[in-house]
Amino acid sequence: MDKQEVVIDIKDLVKQFAGRNVLDGVNLKIYRGETFVVMGGSGCGKSTLLRHMIGTLKPDSGSIFLLGEKITDLFGDDLDNVRKKIGMSFQSSALFDSMTVAENVALGLKEHTKLQKSVIDIIVRMKLELVGLRGFEDLMPSELSGGMRKRVGLARAIAMDPQIVFYDEPTSGLDPIVAAVIDKLIIDLSKKLSITSVVVTHDMKSAMSIADRVAMLYNGKILEVGTPTQIKKSENKVIHQFITGSHDGPIRFFQQRDDYLEHLIQ
Amino acid sequence: MTNKNKGINPKEEQRMRNPVNVIGAVTFDFVRNTIEVLSLFVDTLWWAIVGPFKGKSSGRQSIFHQMVFAGVQSIVIVFFISLFTGIVIAMQSAYQLKQLGAIIYVAPMVSISMARELGPVFTALVVTGRVGSAITAEIGTMQVSEQIEALETMALNPVRFLVVPRFLALLVMLPCLTIMSDIVGVIGGLIVGVFNLQLNPYRYVSFSFDFLTWKDVWTGLVKSVVFSIIISMVACHVGLRTRGGAEGVGRATTLSVVISFILVVIFDCILTGLFYFSNV
Repeated sequence: MDKQEVVIDIKDLVKQFAGRNVLDGVNLKIYRGETFVVMGGSGCGKSTLLRHMIGTLKPDSGSIFLLGEKITDLFGDDLDNVRKKIGMSFQSSALFDSMTVAENVALGLKEHTKLQKSVIDIIVRMKLELVGLRGFEDLMPSELSGGMRKRVGLARAIAMDPQIVFYDEPTSGLDPIVAAVIDKLIIDLSKKLSITSVVVTHDMKSAMSIADRVAMLYNGKILEVGTPTQIKKSENKVIHQFITGSHDGPIRFFQQRDDYLEHLIQ
Repeated sequence: MTNKNKGINPKEEQRMRNPVNVIGAVTFDFVRNTIEVLSLFVDTLWWAIVGPFKGKSSGRQSIFHQMVFAGVQSIVIVFFISLFTGIVIAMQSAYQLKQLGAIIYVAPMVSISMARELGPVFTALVVTGRVGSAITAEIGTMQVSEQIEALETMALNPVRFLVVPRFLALLVMLPCLTIMSDIVGVIGGLIVGVFNLQLNPYRYVSFSFDFLTWKDVWTGLVKSVVFSIIISMVACHVGLRTRGGAEGVGRATTLSVVISFILVVIFDCILTGLFYFSNV
């Protein structure tokens, strides 16, 4: 693995929100062509980590090198130049409501390239074919189901032929079959287009089926990085609890607080 | 998250009860928002003026679309409000001018007050309610549903893409609507003058325009340009900083309309004073 090219290099990333360390010294290396999954419970900072990687949030300290550029220090046109090489699929799909499916997918091409409209139309149809939505070009996002919206979001993310695609919770809120379809799509896209995929999810089943490597994020720290098989065999109690989905273990939702009685009668 | 913390943290609650802290927090918020609106304005001007030369224009289609929404579709409501405003001023001034035997002066009374004051202000208030609220609701919804972030990730600047078309559309359409409002107001006055006060229509119209100077018209138009900037900047700024789902969008929309209303009236007062005292 070490001989491969590093496309994302995260060094000692720290981010505070309201005095709490949401990211507490994260270190990660992601290699070209792999499907890398960041896994963790709700509120453990994985979406925050993803937003740092695409440059919408700036860290308090530490740095991220994305395709060789220090994205944590970039603004304006420099940041945009890096962003043209990446794609992002959002948790809520984030399709533009006022545009049709085709216009959503075509937007980046229309704005950033000098391609003719007829060429863009062909590319859009090709991308929609890849996600199995050929023929849906003229529908509005509000006319689509949740799974279809996710797939349009995916087609939009890959429209500019990016080197890296980021996925924020690609299977959340979908039924198991549609979730499996999306998983297969992520694998297919990575293999067919040989792009690096970074997936953030709390869906264990999905993570284990698509990942080349998995990182477990807990309380703003990376607990362990390894292949799905290595993670499954992990001795770490937190990871074990997460994999088995048990309510009992080191991850607690009901925090013991000394001032409980005081708080009740306050 | 912060709201929750405020709720359960007694120290914070205690601190916020202290009037000095409350005044401090409100002032801080006011100054910060003012700076943010001004920087959004500078950013918008940059993208509107410099952007096209760098090959990054905001898209004619989008500007045209906004002009139709903000301008053409506001014609009916502006028409009715101006017509009835003209009728009401004519009746009110006739009531007083009758006692002086100067009933014919109803005509310039209506035309001057429409051009200088009521045309620009009423049109701005109507457009704030109809267009400003819609801009905030649309951009606010885009913000809470990650669409603004999606634009940024696609290397598309939200100011260039969303704010500039709305800014330019209002900048052009609000003065146009104001001119229409002035004319319709005069027609409203004419209806009262002819049918109620038995004045000769030709005499009414010529009296309306004899007393109306260019200054009356252009000061009104300067006002409407300033109001259009206030409406588009406040609506876009409040929309872009929307947080907290559907409830947040509702709150933002109300806030945007309230702030625009207050600013329009304040700036109207400032501009009227400026034109009155400076003798331009």
